[in-house]
Amino acid sequence: MGMTITEKILAAHAGKESVRPGDNIWVDADVLMTHDVCGPGTFAIFKKQFGENAKVWDRDKVVIIPDHFIFTKDTHANRNIDILRQFVKEQSLPHYFDVGTDNYKGVCHLALAQEGFNRPGEVLFGTDSHTSTSGAFGMFSTGIGNTDAAFILGTGKLWVKVPESMCFEFTGTFPEHVMAKDVILNVIGDIGVDGATYRAMEWQGDAIMKLSMEERMTLCNMAIEAGGKNGIIEADEVTTDYVRQRTDAPYKIYKSDADAKYVFKKTYNASEMEPIVAKPHSPDNKAKVSECVDVKLDRAYIGSCTGGKLTDFMAAARLLKGKKVKIDTFIVPATREVEQDLHKEKIGGETLMDIFQSAGAYLGDPSCAACLGGPKDTFGRAKDNQVVISTTNRNFPGRMGSKQSFVYLASPYTAAASALTGHITNPAEFINN
Amino acid sequence: MNKVIEGLAYVLGNDIDTDQIIPAEHLVYSLSDPEESKNYGKFALSGVPADQAGLPDGGISFTENGQHESKYSIIIGGRNFGCGSSREHAPACMEIAGVRAVIAESYARIFYRNSVDGGFFIPFECATSLVTEIKTGDDLIIDLESNTLTNRSSKVTYELKSLGEVIEIIEAGNIFEYARKTGMIPSA
Repeated sequence: MGMTITEKILAAHAGKESVRPGDNIWVDADVLMTHDVCGPGTFAIFKKQFGENAKVWDRDKVVIIPDHFIFTKDTHANRNIDILRQFVKEQSLPHYFDVGTDNYKGVCHLALAQEGFNRPGEVLFGTDSHTSTSGAFGMFSTGIGNTDAAFILGTGKLWVKVPESMCFEFTGTFPEHVMAKDVILNVIGDIGVDGATYRAMEWQGDAIMKLSMEERMTLCNMAIEAGGKNGIIEADEVTTDYVRQRTDAPYKIYKSDADAKYVFKKTYNASEMEPIVAKPHSPDNKAKVSECVDVKLDRAYIGSCTGGKLTDFMAAARLLKGKKVKIDTFIVPATREVEQDLHKEKIGGETLMDIFQSAGAYLGDPSCAACLGGPKDTFGRAKDNQVVISTTNRNFPGRMGSKQSFVYLASPYTAAASALTGHITNPAEFINN
Repeated sequence: MNKVIEGLAYVLGNDIDTDQIIPAEHLVYSLSDPEESKNYGKFALSGVPADQAGLPDGGISFTENGQHESKYSIIIGGRNFGCGSSREHAPACMEIAGVRAVIAESYARIFYRNSVDGGFFIPFECATSLVTEIKTGDDLIIDLESNTLTNRSSKVTYELKSLGEVIEIIEAGNIFEYARKTGMIPSA
């Protein structure tokens, strides 16, 4: 019997010929990533369990990317950055991207990709549930807690239960106004917020393979919103072109066998996809944008690991160019590289940054910012009973900072179109005119 | 491992996410400093919408008046308990508040793993939807030998699902003790 990509990668990292879903195996980690929210707790457990002077299993495989609570006066949050610095110094860790330096990156999941830590065939663990993002590179990646991360720091290994795989195939071509965010919100709406629990979500089909790496990352990022262990897309030339520009480290491409076993395979016609929103207060509360046009909005938010990449801002800028937003609109690039690109990339001779400023949007510094609420002084944090349209990945009660607020998740196209009108708006109205 | 766990029930619904368990603005305190970590107990479950907090009536705070310990030590949940973030602060804040066990219909994967590997409390599963059977404040006893839950307030006993393959980690205490027991890492 054949194996899926996920099964093949896990088998290879457990030193086994083959594995089956449900097997409990010890897997070697290629990368362990942590950030400012979970790093301090992880390091404390590591020292308690392995000793005050213990050394991490492999300095080169530990990547520390502060990104959550960065531009804040919160003294506890800032102390956590100091704890990261101290640990990096003690352990002489080479891969640390410090706040307040030229080396600062921003949101870890995109920074991992941009700095060359996402490599096909590898196993990456991170203390963040959206670590599933890296699966876009044909690798196994999943989120873990502090205890598991501390265990890896000491041993380089973690026990993993091999997940069953689900296959989502999209054939044909997506309409121009449909983005990866619409696709993943559609699928989560179909299977529910626990529809992929303990499972891998594998994406296939010519429509998927036509997507850029950034769009593929959006799909894998939100596997966790269906409860998935990991999202994964077979690496192809699009992947290797991206990886080669970022690292010369070796990688290995795994492909699912033709007779690999899936829990199910669901095939969608890409051309039939429509812009989708997730209504408050759950990512599976799916509705077509066309069904929500009477929803009045107070603000729009475009940012985060899933919605703050260059592709996302190209889409938003295309709609905002030469127009003014009707509601407060917050633009938060995921990383410094994206921010720099906003100054470089142009539409019709105008940089994206100029387009956003002329449209009247507010620009924030690269970080997770208001995606998860955060300290009270966080840029773009939702207030009171505001109704927000957001390109982020979660609309749980209170997620963006106010328990009374209402958050609609949407694509950057839909968020930008809605920013221009003040109510939920189908981007097709702007794109097709 | 104790043979029984006794305590008062605090009942929650489906899809209790980690932002409800511990809102992100609180993820800044030290988990290793005993005094400072009490803040996590203080804000445990503080993100649950008021009408869902302490079912069936709602409007019941898990902890009171800035206390870090709750009088409720057994959480009853529905489907997909602990969905969302990988933040280990979620099971940690519940343990700090005094939670000894959670009984849910199902769990989100990372929360379940964190509860077991970190040894915070035992995450039981029950095929019966207990959310409509048990009221916040009911007096419960879990018998680990017979794998049952008895509601001493209503005098009804329910069968719990077997803890399955994770029982060895739970019995050892956490993943480190388990790894020491099995010789994966040297004994301290």
